[in-house]
Amino acid sequence: MSVVPTPVLTANWGQERSWKLKKYLAGGGFKAAKKALGLSPEEVMGIVKDSGLRGRGGAGFPTGVKWSFVPQDNPNPKYLVVNADESEPGTCKDMPLLLASPHTLLEGIVISSYAIHCHTAFVYVRGEVAHVARRLQGAVAELYEAGWLGKDIQGSGFDLDIIVHSGAGAYICGEETALLDSLEGRRGQPRLRPPFPAVAGLYASPTVINNVESIATVPSILRNGAEWFQSMGTEKSKGFTIYSLSGHVANPGQYEAPLGTTFAELLELAGGIRAGHELKFFTPGGSSTPILTPADVDLPLDYEGMVGAGTMLGTKALQVFDETTSIVRTTLRWSEFYKHESCGKCTPCREGTWWLVQLLKKLEAGQGQEGDVDKLLAVCDDINGLSFCALAGGAVACVTSAVKHFRPEFELGYTTPAWEAYPYERSALFAGGAK
Amino acid sequence: MSAIDERTMAELQEIAQRYPQPRSGLMPMLHLLQSVEGYVSDAGAEAVAELLGLTVAQVLGVATFYTQYRRQPGGKHQVGICATALCAVMGGDAVYQAVSDHLGIEDGQTSEDGLFSLERVECNAACDFAPVMMLNWEFMDNMTPEKAVKILEDLAAGREVQPRRGAKITSWQENERVLAGFYDGRADEGISAGEPSLRGKKAAEERGWKGESK
Repeated sequence: MSVVPTPVLTANWGQERSWKLKKYLAGGGFKAAKKALGLSPEEVMGIVKDSGLRGRGGAGFPTGVKWSFVPQDNPNPKYLVVNADESEPGTCKDMPLLLASPHTLLEGIVISSYAIHCHTAFVYVRGEVAHVARRLQGAVAELYEAGWLGKDIQGSGFDLDIIVHSGAGAYICGEETALLDSLEGRRGQPRLRPPFPAVAGLYASPTVINNVESIATVPSILRNGAEWFQSMGTEKSKGFTIYSLSGHVANPGQYEAPLGTTFAELLELAGGIRAGHELKFFTPGGSSTPILTPADVDLPLDYEGMVGAGTMLGTKALQVFDETTSIVRTTLRWSEFYKHESCGKCTPCREGTWWLVQLLKKLEAGQGQEGDVDKLLAVCDDINGLSFCALAGGAVACVTSAVKHFRPEFELGYTTPAWEAYPYERSALFAGGAK
Repeated sequence: MSAIDERTMAELQEIAQRYPQPRSGLMPMLHLLQSVEGYVSDAGAEAVAELLGLTVAQVLGVATFYTQYRRQPGGKHQVGICATALCAVMGGDAVYQAVSDHLGIEDGQTSEDGLFSLERVECNAACDFAPVMMLNWEFMDNMTPEKAVKILEDLAAGREVQPRRGAKITSWQENERVLAGFYDGRADEGISAGEPSLRGKKAAEERGWKGESK
């Protein structure tokens, strides 16, 4: 970690009433928006493009490039939709950001909307977080009152409305095309692409969909310049990000650091694995990213580094499990998640996740039969790549990577219940944490 | 089946007008119906269908797709316990069992006194506060079986429950109104950030790291 110019995004978290506009302005808030409104939209887009900022929601697509795909000669309105449907297991960075500093996101929306000529922006926030909705609603109201939203923002001639929209409990709505269907008042099911949302998104109009953290990073880039952002991170993964550490670490939490920081370095910041225990496996970016093991702790956590290790950076949600943890139990609970959240549109995903759960339940109970592990992998083969969206790929990745690293433990499920091999109370944070 | 009153009809209209296209208001409308009626009733679904020019089947197709909509009345408080891998492993299963035993109900059921509905929920984006319980969709962080049961006992006894990172517990229906987009003016309740959210910042400070030079 040679250059460590953080914290940026988390710098004002924890300050007294940090969510209030007055407080945000006192800390230099909306200077970036003011600067942006004095530039042309194309110049703003150019700065974000030059910075090398890539999407922080999982896919890692360059943000400025995504914006440039919006056809400005299309006569329809342009829309910006912020994906605040944070639901990927392990992912827990956007909700604290919105609680502590909703204005960081909202300032980013003002700048980003200006860059793509958008006059109506949406924040699609997952439904199961009432207070996050409140903080956003309160912050948006403050901005209308202060003339930072509505008609002719700060005398710039630029008009913008922001609509905060709460979902109603569906992981699939984090998938951008399902999110759009949901925002149109339909069941949240993915669309076939192309056309891509940039061309035909919300109401079949040009639409940019970005993660909360991506848009929240934009004001800092405008304030400090593309070069400043470029000076951090690795060759192809520029800037800083929020890494979320959870599970069996001494101090779980949000750790902002330059991209390319290793898990070992993050672990050091977080006080290591909980006392008296050792690392067994971890996810680099949520449950949909293939798991890694102690052999991988020195890999750079950036987009290319993780692909090189056969996994993905994803949402940078590092779920950490120590040696007390049953991999079979953990995999089962992830599979149950995907089964529950499969939208049902594609047969391989809808039926396949059901079969994965059946097989894993047998293995957890020590009632598996010889050949069940191969059957598990065969079911994965029948799901992978055969559905519209990435949910199925995630459902498969957590199973195949777990079997790859811990096959004997799955085979133990032919004879021995997981709770006997790995007594569950030993994994819990408190005594008596069994089933 | 209660008819939908005038005030609610006016608010449903108001929701439709928030959006460039009225159908986008369907989900907040269903949240509003829940805040008024305690669930999405047939009468409510019909009213929304008529207002948006949809069939009742289209409305119910949406209402049944999303897990937060109830098609029958439930408890005053919605208790959700995270059952996804990480929370479960960290002790969430034990929290669930203790709550289930305490209330005498299982996943999807409502206690006889009508106070609590219990649900196993999927990952709620608070993994660094595991195990997590959601109370009317407010975060109840770092649960243990004892803490969770105590919270439910306090609510049952009419004592105040204040989530650290949220607003004072009122009822599931009142929070549904917030999810319908009607701000209740309570954003200033609760703290800025919980301890885990601030640990990275603290570690950076201890090492003398500095972000922007303002």
